[in-house]
Amino acid sequence: MKLTLSGIARWLDHRTGLQSAIRQFLYEEIPASSGWHQIFGSVAVFLFLTQAFTGALLAFNYAPTPGDSYNSLRYILTELTCGRLIRGLHHWGASMMIVVVVLHMVQVFLYGGYKKPREATWMAGVALLLLTLAYGLTGYLLPWDNRAYWGTVVTTQIAGQAPILGPYLQRLMGAGGGTVGVVTFARFYGLHVLLLPPATLLLIAAHVYLVRKHGVAPQPGDEARPKQQFYPRQVFRDAAAIFAAFAVLFVMAVAARVPLEQLADPTDTAYIPRPEWYFLFLFQTLKLFNGPLEVVGSVVLPGLAILTLILVPFIDRSRMVKVTRRTFAIAVVLLAAISWGGLTAAAVKSTPPVARELAVDYSAPTDWMQLSPEEMAGVAYFRQENCTSCHAIGDRGNQVGPDLTRISIHKDAAWMIQHFKRPAAMRPGSSMPPIQLGDAQLNALAAFLLKLTPANASALENAPDFATHGALVFNANQCGGCHKVNGSGASFGPALNGLSKRQSRSWVGEHFADPQKLVPDSMMPSYKLTVKDLNDLTGYLFALPE
Amino acid sequence: MTDSTTRRGFFVGAIYGFFAAIAIALGLPALAYLLLPPKARKEEEWVEAGDVAKLSPNSPVELAFRRNRVDGWKVVSEKSTAWVVKQTGDRGDRIVAFGPQCTHLGCAYHWEEGQNEFLCPCHNSVFSIEGKVVSGPAVRPLDRYETRVDGARLLLGRLRQSTEPRG
Repeated sequence: MKLTLSGIARWLDHRTGLQSAIRQFLYEEIPASSGWHQIFGSVAVFLFLTQAFTGALLAFNYAPTPGDSYNSLRYILTELTCGRLIRGLHHWGASMMIVVVVLHMVQVFLYGGYKKPREATWMAGVALLLLTLAYGLTGYLLPWDNRAYWGTVVTTQIAGQAPILGPYLQRLMGAGGGTVGVVTFARFYGLHVLLLPPATLLLIAAHVYLVRKHGVAPQPGDEARPKQQFYPRQVFRDAAAIFAAFAVLFVMAVAARVPLEQLADPTDTAYIPRPEWYFLFLFQTLKLFNGPLEVVGSVVLPGLAILTLILVPFIDRSRMVKVTRRTFAIAVVLLAAISWGGLTAAAVKSTPPVARELAVDYSAPTDWMQLSPEEMAGVAYFRQENCTSCHAIGDRGNQVGPDLTRISIHKDAAWMIQHFKRPAAMRPGSSMPPIQLGDAQLNALAAFLLKLTPANASALENAPDFATHGALVFNANQCGGCHKVNGSGASFGPALNGLSKRQSRSWVGEHFADPQKLVPDSMMPSYKLTVKDLNDLTGYLFALPE
Repeated sequence: MTDSTTRRGFFVGAIYGFFAAIAIALGLPALAYLLLPPKARKEEEWVEAGDVAKLSPNSPVELAFRRNRVDGWKVVSEKSTAWVVKQTGDRGDRIVAFGPQCTHLGCAYHWEEGQNEFLCPCHNSVFSIEGKVVSGPAVRPLDRYETRVDGARLLLGRLRQSTEPRG
């Protein structure tokens, strides 16, 4: 017998019925009115599978305990090839999934697709929406940075406000008494990876089964027109939409950096928590109610909204009409969109921007924190003088001048300073222009360059501007004459590592203006710094490792 | 009829094309993520293993020391050992430090005083005092630490595989 592809397929079909099952699935008849507006369900399923895939990849390098989870995520982001991409796909995939699931619901709602006999399909869909939100809520804690920790503190406090059930709900979340800790983490992780995925799979199966059982909801006028087949035209539309969604997701994962803040710090009283963007409207709703009424915004209103959503098929019992004549449904969607948009915009507006500007992104290597202030100031001059327009740093940068990470070109500081002033005198034939800086500045530049190796070149790339400028201010005012930072400097004043643990930003600002007012026997002179200098210097000092 | 078959052909081709592109864009980074080694962290530092003065010639001693090892996202401080020999020869004394694991399957071997050889009890691999395979299933000589002697202190660096063939 000849072995052909169709022969193998027939053999397999006899034993498993696979081919007939796929045929039956693909050649399903759908109404003539089906088209591009029905792509969202398929895209949502695709995104769910992508989330499962990237989630599993993350889990392969992730330690699900507080503290370790943060370190392992940093390891994924800074040390593994494509780790940042995988995390970006998972992070933005979550946001995208919520967008697509909501669009799917809006489409079904506008077209009246929930009407008899499709009520159960709709309710399974609402349950899937809630599951999608539950992923967002539980996944938010898993990086265990400040954002994750404080966001979850607020979440569990809200759960505690639920009438009667509150304390039990809190204990179920592992946050009895409103404290977020190891138990909370274990519960959230367990939900996120063990309970929610199979629940979602089962519900998707039930949802798709119901769609198939009742057929795709027809529009008025469909009875008179011949039906079309699902494959290949509608499958093509679905595939094109899935591809477009994936392309957007991929670009976001590459281009939009997902920040990782500092390790969760339960004692950080200055941290202002903000939920993920899709929960911001709830956060804003909460602020409309005060005192004993707060429970209305946190539990009663969201609860009623969910209940209404579930009961939509029973509230709207009118006969099926064309989508363009469902003015009431259109009005409801518009009203919901406007209030959601308004609440979200108000919440964004009330988010203080200052903290963002000086926030350190821990998802990149942070070896710049180990540099001494002088070396750090050297980084600032290095950038200011545009050294990388001619010199390579490791494998990056242009190649006119030598690679500055090569140890063999590192001479002593005195040689380098002479070389900076008159390049050709020290290295005949050099086409490097002289650097127009004072001796102290050149010293800093030399100090930094002598420290540069291929391994720590990222220190140069990742140092935020506020920190290099802060180090400039530090150097210009000769703070190192009295204070130690990262082991360099004198010890007349206190060492400045760990300052963020001892004092607040406002204290530091006041202290610069009048040290003796806050520390009576201090020998520190007062400094009149500009607002930017003060902010950057404080930001730099606060970013130093303990 | 031909018009609708070409249209059908386009749809089917596009469907395969879309999913193939997605599979590649997800699959290749996933493979790189799982298969490529993590970026190397700081070079390992030298650790002090003991006092060379206490070694007697051609008599291996097992020295214990603590060293830091990068383990994924952690740096763990762990107890480690080395079999250290002061080898005497025509060109003066030489300190050699062998890694504590048999090169066959990683069991701990020991020095047999009477036989003057290293013996691994798991599968009876036998190594000479130079670390060469004498008999048994091992195919590679014992691994060696980079060594440095500072005064009387013995410093150990990285553990390296010997490239010498079976002796």
